[in-house]
Amino acid sequence: MSISYRRPGALIDKVTHYCPGCGHGIAHRLIAEVIDELDIRGRTIGMAPVGCAVVAYDYLDIDMCEAPHGRTPAVATGVKRALPESVVFSYQGDGDLAAIGTAEIIHAANRGENITVIFINNAVYGMTGGQMAPTTPEKVKTTTSPYGRCTETEGYPLKVAELLAGLDRVAYSVRVMMASPGDVRAVREALLKAFRCQMERRGFSIVEILSPCPTYWKLDPVEAFRHCAKEMTKVFPLGVYRDWEETGANQ
Amino acid sequence: MPKKVLMTGNEAMAEGAIRAGCRHYYGYPITPQNEVPEYMSRRMPEVDGVFLQSESELAAISMVLGSAAAGKRTMTSSSSPGISLKQEGISYLAGSELPAVIANVQRGGPGLGDIGASQADYFQAVKGGGHGDYRMIVLAPDSVQEMADLTTLAFDLADRWRIPVMILADAQVGQMMEPVEWHEYRPPPDLAAKQWALTGASGRPRNIVRSFFLYPGLLEEHNLRLQRKYAEIASSQVRLEETGTDGADVVIVAYGSSARIARGLVSEGAEGGRLGLLRPVTLWPFPSRRIRELAERGKAFLVAEMSAGQMVEDVRLAVEGLTPVGFYGRMGGSMLTTEEMAREAARMLELVAGGAA
Repeated sequence: MSISYRRPGALIDKVTHYCPGCGHGIAHRLIAEVIDELDIRGRTIGMAPVGCAVVAYDYLDIDMCEAPHGRTPAVATGVKRALPESVVFSYQGDGDLAAIGTAEIIHAANRGENITVIFINNAVYGMTGGQMAPTTPEKVKTTTSPYGRCTETEGYPLKVAELLAGLDRVAYSVRVMMASPGDVRAVREALLKAFRCQMERRGFSIVEILSPCPTYWKLDPVEAFRHCAKEMTKVFPLGVYRDWEETGANQ
Repeated sequence: MPKKVLMTGNEAMAEGAIRAGCRHYYGYPITPQNEVPEYMSRRMPEVDGVFLQSESELAAISMVLGSAAAGKRTMTSSSSPGISLKQEGISYLAGSELPAVIANVQRGGPGLGDIGASQADYFQAVKGGGHGDYRMIVLAPDSVQEMADLTTLAFDLADRWRIPVMILADAQVGQMMEPVEWHEYRPPPDLAAKQWALTGASGRPRNIVRSFFLYPGLLEEHNLRLQRKYAEIASSQVRLEETGTDGADVVIVAYGSSARIARGLVSEGAEGGRLGLLRPVTLWPFPSRRIRELAERGKAFLVAEMSAGQMVEDVRLAVEGLTPVGFYGRMGGSMLTTEEMAREAARMLELVAGGAA
């Protein structure tokens, strides 16, 4: 009998602290699978964000560094400039990347830092208890938008994949989601391509992943995955927003 | 004899860093330290190093954190308002026990202040401007030669103790020109290899650089370990210069540019040799023990600094009321003057004589 499915070598055999139905666990596993497939565990260095995934290093069996909140792409820049042969990724949530760290993400992207950014967009602040994120959709209630997000005073959700795709040194910008098994496979393909982009020295790559947060969406896990596919994609359309292989950019 | 080169303090600091093996510099322009990033932008490509002008001081110190985590000698420089922004990263460097060098070429404050020389960031540097219980080693150069030499030393200390080290200079010492003598740099032979560095987990268990310890008790344990390290540094790394303190009745305590003015006064033999100078070279660890010894021998003190009175608090803590401690300071980018310092010193001498009578 052949083995068709096993735990990736880069993933530690441990129960995670994430809530049932959270997308982080799946994302961690996919990263570990891609690291295994590309055989880069020995030269991969990950940046853990401030947020629910700060202890990503408890689960990924690779060298990892913490970053101050939002400075994740700047820390990644410091590592990558020091070790150009390494494969460097930052793992960031919507508060880290799209609020407190907007300067760092835009300038890392604009410099074309040859790093990979994995952006988990669940449209809410999980670790601090369900507050409004810059990506929270219009009219959605959170603990700091109790009457629903008001676009008059709080603006519209920030569309990161589109925003960064407008910068000339970005090689790859894509939005995918955690919903059906097919969607998860698409996330895996996007991660694989983003790491390949870095290994071929094409420049900056970002994979935005729409990811469920059942706890603060107040849905059960199955409903949360459905909500991701049905509602989140209305605000955040899936798609490839920049691809060096299509446009010939950064060749 | 090595050739002497005329350069500014800021350039000497930059060249000192490069000679000490720093190949990763990150910074954001701010007066009066722009000579540092400008020099680095020219020199780093010549030595296959990295110069990166960051989008902000927050980003610069975080890039330093990244390169330090990767095991490289790395530095950033700024001036007072920019150093306030770097406090976030400094606290993370301290908490993660990463070696790095941060230069503060101080200017007048608070707020945007001005671009004149100041020493008003003493508290921020030695008491911990960022959050949490941590320390930096703080070095205070008073000449262009020391801008070079103490920067080199800063990298050795940072690596040895896995600690952020600050060069606390000011606009005067940063921008003036003096001849510098360059010696070949040799790293201390007993410096340990950075086995903790992030290089990719190849042929070894993975490394993690962190300052987050959520489970009860772990963070206290981490803090106790840090405090033991700081105690060791405090007992072994004090550096200071003394001039004429033995015969003095009043010892002027001053650092950086202010110490130059005090040295002038003392070496001219003003007040018939009754004045001495104690210049802390390390502001942390502070030469408290030596100051205490001098107080026990009955010597009074005049603390001179370009602030409303910051270092004077540490002198008073060391003296604990044994002898009088006077203060002479100016603020807002104004330099101390020899005349005013002489007047304050004379007043202290009178006070001491009056007290003895």
